[in-house]
This record gives sequence, structure tokens and C-alpha cells, in this order.
Amino acid sequence: MTLCQLFLQSEAAYACVSELGELGLVQFRDLNPDVNAFQRKFVNEVRRCDEMERKLRYLEKEIKRDGIPMLEIPGECPEAPQPREMIDLEATFEKLENELREVNQNAEALKRNYLELTELKHILRKTQVFFDEMADPSREEEQVTLLGEEGLMAGGQALKLGSPYRHAYRSAVMFACNYELSIHHEGGANTTESMTRALISDDPNKHMGHVQLGFRDKQESLEFLPCFVAGVILRERIPAFERMLWRACRGNVFLRQAEIDSPLEDPSSSDQVYKSVFIIFFQGDQLKTRVKKICEGFRATLYPCPEAPADRREMAMGVMTRIEDLNTVLGQTQDHRHRVLVAAAKNIKNWFVKVRKIKAIYHTLNLFNLDVTQKCLIAECWVPALDMETIQLALRRGTERSGSSVPPILNRMETAEEPPTYNRNNKFTSAFQHLIYAYGVATYREVNPAPYTIITFPFLFAVMFGDLGHGALIAIFGFWMCYKEKPLQAKKIDSEIWNIFFGGRYIILLMGLFSMYTGLIYNDIFSKSLNIFGSSWRSNYRNDTLADNKLLQLNPDSEDYLQYPYPFGIDPVWQLAESNKIIFMNAYKMKISIIIGVFHMLFGVCMSLWNHIYFKRRISIYVEFIPQIVFLTLLFFYMVLLMFIKWTSYGPTPGKLGSDDPDVIRTSAYCAPSILITFINMMLFKTDPNTRPQCDDVMYAGQMGLQKMFVVVALLCVPIMLFGKPYFIMREQKQQARSQPLGAGPEGAEGAQAENGAAAGAPAEAPHGAHSHEEISEVFIHQAIHTIEYVLGSVSHTASYLRLWALSLAHAQLAEVAWNMLLRKGLMSMGFQGGIFLYVVFAGWAAISVSILVLMEGLSAFLHTLRLHWVEFQSKFYAGEGYLFQPFSFEVILDSAGQAEE
Amino acid sequence: MGASFVPIVVFTVLWGVVGIVCPIFAPKGPNRGIIQVVLMLTAATCWLFWLCAYMAQMNPLIGPRLDNETLIWIAHTWGNPIANGTK
Repeated sequence: MTLCQLFLQSEAAYACVSELGELGLVQFRDLNPDVNAFQRKFVNEVRRCDEMERKLRYLEKEIKRDGIPMLEIPGECPEAPQPREMIDLEATFEKLENELREVNQNAEALKRNYLELTELKHILRKTQVFFDEMADPSREEEQVTLLGEEGLMAGGQALKLGSPYRHAYRSAVMFACNYELSIHHEGGANTTESMTRALISDDPNKHMGHVQLGFRDKQESLEFLPCFVAGVILRERIPAFERMLWRACRGNVFLRQAEIDSPLEDPSSSDQVYKSVFIIFFQGDQLKTRVKKICEGFRATLYPCPEAPADRREMAMGVMTRIEDLNTVLGQTQDHRHRVLVAAAKNIKNWFVKVRKIKAIYHTLNLFNLDVTQKCLIAECWVPALDMETIQLALRRGTERSGSSVPPILNRMETAEEPPTYNRNNKFTSAFQHLIYAYGVATYREVNPAPYTIITFPFLFAVMFGDLGHGALIAIFGFWMCYKEKPLQAKKIDSEIWNIFFGGRYIILLMGLFSMYTGLIYNDIFSKSLNIFGSSWRSNYRNDTLADNKLLQLNPDSEDYLQYPYPFGIDPVWQLAESNKIIFMNAYKMKISIIIGVFHMLFGVCMSLWNHIYFKRRISIYVEFIPQIVFLTLLFFYMVLLMFIKWTSYGPTPGKLGSDDPDVIRTSAYCAPSILITFINMMLFKTDPNTRPQCDDVMYAGQMGLQKMFVVVALLCVPIMLFGKPYFIMREQKQQARSQPLGAGPEGAEGAQAENGAAAGAPAEAPHGAHSHEEISEVFIHQAIHTIEYVLGSVSHTASYLRLWALSLAHAQLAEVAWNMLLRKGLMSMGFQGGIFLYVVFAGWAAISVSILVLMEGLSAFLHTLRLHWVEFQSKFYAGEGYLFQPFSFEVILDSAGQAEE
Repeated sequence: MGASFVPIVVFTVLWGVVGIVCPIFAPKGPNRGIIQVVLMLTAATCWLFWLCAYMAQMNPLIGPRLDNETLIWIAHTWGNPIANGTK
């Protein structure tokens, strides 16, 4: 990674940056960090791009609203257009946006018109019904019982008109009307009959005349005309509307309403709403204003409804024709809008890409410095050293495209800054690299654990997951995702959980494959065993013994064991031994967990050697690496060796099964010591006081002496780790102080040494220049922390690897429970109904297997493996203090923009 | 020692081929290093895992404790017919 300076001619700058963006190998630095975003050179262009993006988003919203599919760009993305093309694009977008807005406005106005006409149509229809009902006294249910004089004296009768719950105020209204009229009425029932008819009378004059009979002498007669208003209101508002009318007009108005069956479309919100037609009868101007105000308040739309039926019929016909016309016009408007949107939808993705690229280029150009002559732009960038050629080519291409004559200049710069970390990955390794980076980005040029993680991660997962059946499920899932990689990627599914699974498809595939392998070794498929090669155990019990005892144990020191093990994995007999399978498996799995753990940690310490060699830290090799490895090996690798020794030394002797010979007994299972007790005694310099009399207290000759020596040497490593490096640093500082007596007074010793150390530039110790900046006490503390972390860590991390045993035990037990409690019950049920029962039980067992055993256990094992890598493995060598190389790349920008909008 | 010669040789040779011979033939290209590392690590881990399972069982210290029904069944199917009398 080199820091380079790039000199670009102003005309060529755009094209060159475009080429570099396609390449994605250059990380630009901001040379104007103090400049406000609004004061940068290309802020206008960025603003124009933002405006274009806004227009495109509006278009996209409209296209999505109509459900038109937007074509994805097949194959390569379009290149960033030239600056002069930007003006064309702007014009196109402007035109499209204006057209669309106009069409939308028109459509809205038309729809509003349509709504009004529809409501009017409904009003005309429903009011017809009202008037019909009132005009026909012969109808039973809608009998109009008028108040006669006698009735009036008696206090009035209820006027039945339709729904009973209205009769209260309706009767009151009629009562009031009749009361007024009856005072002045001239005849008997005649007048009252005609009064109601007068309300709907064909002849307006007659209408006025009849009613006005009594009031003619009053001046306010004209005000007291019973008139009506008709309108439409939302169905939900009717009860409140009624109540308000009743209260405000003191019961002097008469409301009739009918529901409109079909929902109407609200023009602004495009919702379907249900409305009702209402008609209000009232007398007088005051009531009229009140009614009108209330209608306004409830947002009821009033329509002029003619009183005469003939007029209404005429109006209705006119309304129908106008509705048809409007429908046609609306249809054509929608068609036009659709055509415009379809044409836009073909190109919209393309345009988005282009606009985003232009914006990215201008953002980048804003990072550049303009030089004094104003002719050329200067940029600083981090560039991977191996890719200089490719970048030069790209720059040349850019200059040619822009037609500029001056070639761009790429200059290397010397710098003491730490460059960003760049690890090249392909689609397979990038997932594992992300796992490592999630903990911390590697320091520049540090050894990258990701390539080894490709195998160790799935392997440790598999040790915890070990089931052939579940592993097969995971492997199939992983394989499907990898096989269908391209179509699945093209789909751009939104779900975050899916994206997590899909991003880790190679990890999942490998985890599945390794789990199948460890499942074969553990001999566990859905908690059952496979007997491929023939078990090494036989039953030699006779029938009387068998009849008398429920549980019998097989003895390895006899004919029961064939004296050679099952060739591949755990013997299938153990799965049948439900009572003591766990005892055997525990011993086995705990040992393999420690064995794998110690190897993993040794591997980690060896990686630190790599680091020391690369960074030329020779002192560190002697005082850090060697003590570390000696400590780990002499204590924990020795324990691993003890396990292997125990596996080979103690057991049945094939020729002398069940013998009493003391030599044979000494190597039999009777005398096998516990590794843990042995190890503890080793650390405490003790021998086991409880050794059996026939047994040796050592596993091999010279064990005690060797162990004591190991412990002593290992403990001696601790002070070397603690004081070795600080001592060497101190010595170095003193040497530098002695070799540079000028300007190196005792008080300025530290600071001067820093400069002198750097100036003297002892080549191999250049990195130590950094150390001499530190106070010596800091170095001691630093080293003490490292040593304690390592020494205590080696004990705790070794024990931490026992989680490999714990999780595999949990998995095996869960699988067994699921089988025994669920599937076994189904498999043991008999007959036809047993078949159906099995069908149902299988569904339950499969659901539990997938959800708990595969998903939950899988997630759990994944997490624990991750922890083992991050803490137990990487703490041995990984510094992880770098920062990522984030090149200017169109791909990255387009991806993140695409995700952001979703 | 309860070790049998054949399985040890077979599996050691198998993983030896995967881990030592195959990396030599890894295809040349930018991914050669990764392929070699993957093959070697796979061989090492899988062989170690198999070896531990094998060695843990070759000199067993305890035997399985089985149900008498299971014992009858395995005697029947695994070719050790049950004799009369008590053991």
C-alpha cells in the first residue's frame, strides 16, 4: 500500500475519476477537511445530481404505485456519462416530471368531478325513494299517521315513517309543523293531508300556497317555507351528524338518510369510502343557515336537488351521460399516464445508476485540491502497490476519453502514516474474512488468519454439531444456495435474515460437509448409529444370566471385545448402551476437545512467530515466542501426550485376557490413572496417594523426574516473558543515548532519543523507534499485562475448549430425546391408525429437529466457534488495530444506495 | 495394543494423499495458495479426528452396559448365538 499523489488536468479529471471508480482500487483522502460542504468546488453539480435523483425517485414512486415492473439492467452497469450528457438527462427528467404532475393533477380533477356526479346520481335516486314513500299513504309499514285535531288535543300521535328509532324527533317535528299549521288550518284532515303532500307537491306555487295559508298575513311568511337540502356524507359521521342537527335545531328539522351500497373513491387519497345520502327538511332561513353550517362542519357535500320528479328525472339522465363521458376521459387520462410510466420504467434503473455515478464522481472531485495555476487538480490516495500498472492504464484511458493532451501523473509519496489494510478476497474467502474483521481489522501487513479459518471454523463447528443427519440438512441448504447463487443474487430479496444466510453460504456449505464427517465419526445420525463395518463387541452371556438380569455390562478384558476397534468412528454398540454411553463418550470427547484445543493454540502461537519474522522483531522471537511456546508445550502439549500414552498403554492384553499376572494387571484398565489428577499432581509436585497397590504410580519410567523438570522450565519462562523485552528495550535506549551524546542531556534523554533513534535509523530496529517513545514504566506494565494474559490465558483457554465436548453432548442428548419422545412413539404404533399417527408424529419430530437441533444448536455452535477463534486462537498473535481499505468503487456505492432505498 | 494394521494404514494414506500429494497438483492461478492451505488443513484435522476416535477405542477401559433384550438381539444378529446355562 503506497500513498500517491495524483495530478490531473481539470478537463481530464472527470473522466479519470470515472475510470478509477469503475476499477475500485484507489482510496482517496480528503484534502479539504476544513471546507464546508457548501463551499466546495463542485457543490453545484452535486446539487444538480441531487435534484435529478429526487425527480427519479418521484418517477419511481409513481411507477411502483401503478405496479409496472422496472427492468433490471442485464449484464454490465452503464458507464458514467460525460458532463455534457448530464444536461440532456436533466432536461429529460424535467420533462417527464412535469408531464406526470400534469397528468396526475388532471386525473385528480376529473376524479373529483366524477365523484360529485356519482354522488348526485345517488342522491337523485335515493331522494326519489324518500319522496315516493311520503307520497304514498297506502303503504303499511310506512304509514303516515297524521295528526288530526283530536289527536292533537290528545297530545299527538307518533308519525310512523320508516325506521322506528327516528320516530321520536320526527314526530316532534311533524308535531311542531302540524301544530303551526293546525292553528291556522282551515279544514279538517284535508288540509293536513295535503300538508304533507304539499311538502313534495309538484306545483311549487301550490306548495307554497298551501303551507303559507296560515301565514299569509305575516311578513315573515317567506322565511317559513319548508325546504330541504340533499347531500352526501361519510357513513361513519351520520350518528354524530344527526345528534348535532337535533340539538342545534332543537328538533325542528327532519333528516332522512339512505346508505350508498357501493363504495366511492376519494380522489386525493384513492381510498374507497362508504357514504350515505341524506335529505334534511326544515322551515325557515335561520334553520337553513344552521343546517348548512352543520353540513359544512361535517364535510357533507350538498347538492341542488330539484323538487319536481320530472326535473329530477331529467337531471338524472343528464348526470348519467356526463358520468359516461367522464369515464371515457378518465380512462384516456389513465392510459396516457400508463404509457408515460411504462416508457420511463424501461430506463429508470439505468438512469439511477448514471445519476449516482455522476454524483459519486463529483463528491470525489470535491476531495481534490486545486493547485495554484487553477489548471490542475491534486489528489492524494492510497493505492495497493501491486496494482499501480492497472491504475496507470485506467488513468490513460480516462485522459484519452476526455480528449485531453496532458497525461496524469501518479507520484509515490513517503509517509510515516499507517496505511489501510487491504486483503484481496474472492467470493469464497470474503465470508471468512468478514468473520475475522468483525472482531477487528488486521494491523497493516499483519498475518491474516482468514485462510486458515476457512477450514478450522467449519471443523470446530462440526466437532460441536456432529450429526450426519443434521449435517446433511445444513449441507444441502448450503449447496442449494451456492448452486443457485446467481439467480438468488439477482432477486435482491429484502429480508435481512436471508441476506445473512446467503452471505455465509460457503461457510454453511463447509459446516454442513464437516458436520457430516464428524457425524460419521461420532456414529450419530438423528441419534441412531450406523453399523457399516461390524461392531467390535459381542455378547457372550448365557440365557439364564440374561433372564435374571435386566442390565449387563460387556467386559473389554474378555471375549466380549474382539480386541480390535471399529475401524472408522465410534462403535455402534455404544448407541445401544443407553445407561453408560455417556460415561464413555464423556471421556472420549473431553480428551479430543483438549487435544484439538492445544493444537489450535499452538498454531496460534506459531502465527505470532510469522509476525515477528516479517516485522523483523528478533528480540521478540527470543523473549516472547520461545518462552510462550515452551510454556504451552511443556505443560499442555505434555498433557496431550499423556492422553495418547494412556490410550496406548492401558487396556486388555490380547493374549492374556482376564489374567491375574501382576504385570498384566499393571497395564490393564484397573490401573489406568486419571489424566486430570496426574496433571494436577504434576503442578503440585506430588504423587497420587491413592494409587492402587497393584499399580504403578507412573505411566512410564522417569515420569516424575521429567514432569518436575517440565514444570520448573515452564515456570522459568514466566519471568523471561515478563522482563525480557523491557530489559532489551532499556538496553537499546541506553545504547542510543551513549552513541549520541550531543543534545542528549539526562532530562531530554527520552525525547532526544526518540529523534536520535529515528535519525540514527538502525535498520533492523526501525520499529523499535516507536517503542523508545514510550516511558519505560509503560513498557513494563505493557509486558506484565501481556504475560499475565498469556499465562493465565493458557490455562483458561485450554479449559475453554471443553465447550467442544459440552455442546456435542447437548446436541446428542437433544437428538436422542427428540427421537425417543416423538418418533419412537410413532414408529411403535400399530395398524392403519398407526400409520396416520406416524405421519403426524413425523411432522412434529421434523419440526423439532429443524427448529431446535439444526437452527438453534447450529446458531449456538456457530457462536461458540466464533468465540473460540476470536478469543482463544487470535489472542495468541492478532493485534487487529488496523483500518480497512475502502476504495472509491462504483460497485460499492451502487450496492449501498440500492440497499438504502429498500 | 489393540490396534489393527489395515485401518490405520488406509486412513493415514488417504489423508496423506489429500494433504501432501494433492497440494502439489493444485491448479496454478491466483488461488493456488488458498487451495493448498485448504487441502492441508482438511487432511490434518480430519486425520487427527479419526485418529483420536480410533485410539480411544483400541484399548477400552470399560464396556457398554446393555439391556438384556438388546443383548439377546445383538447375540442373534451379530453372530454369537446364546448358549445355555449361566455365565
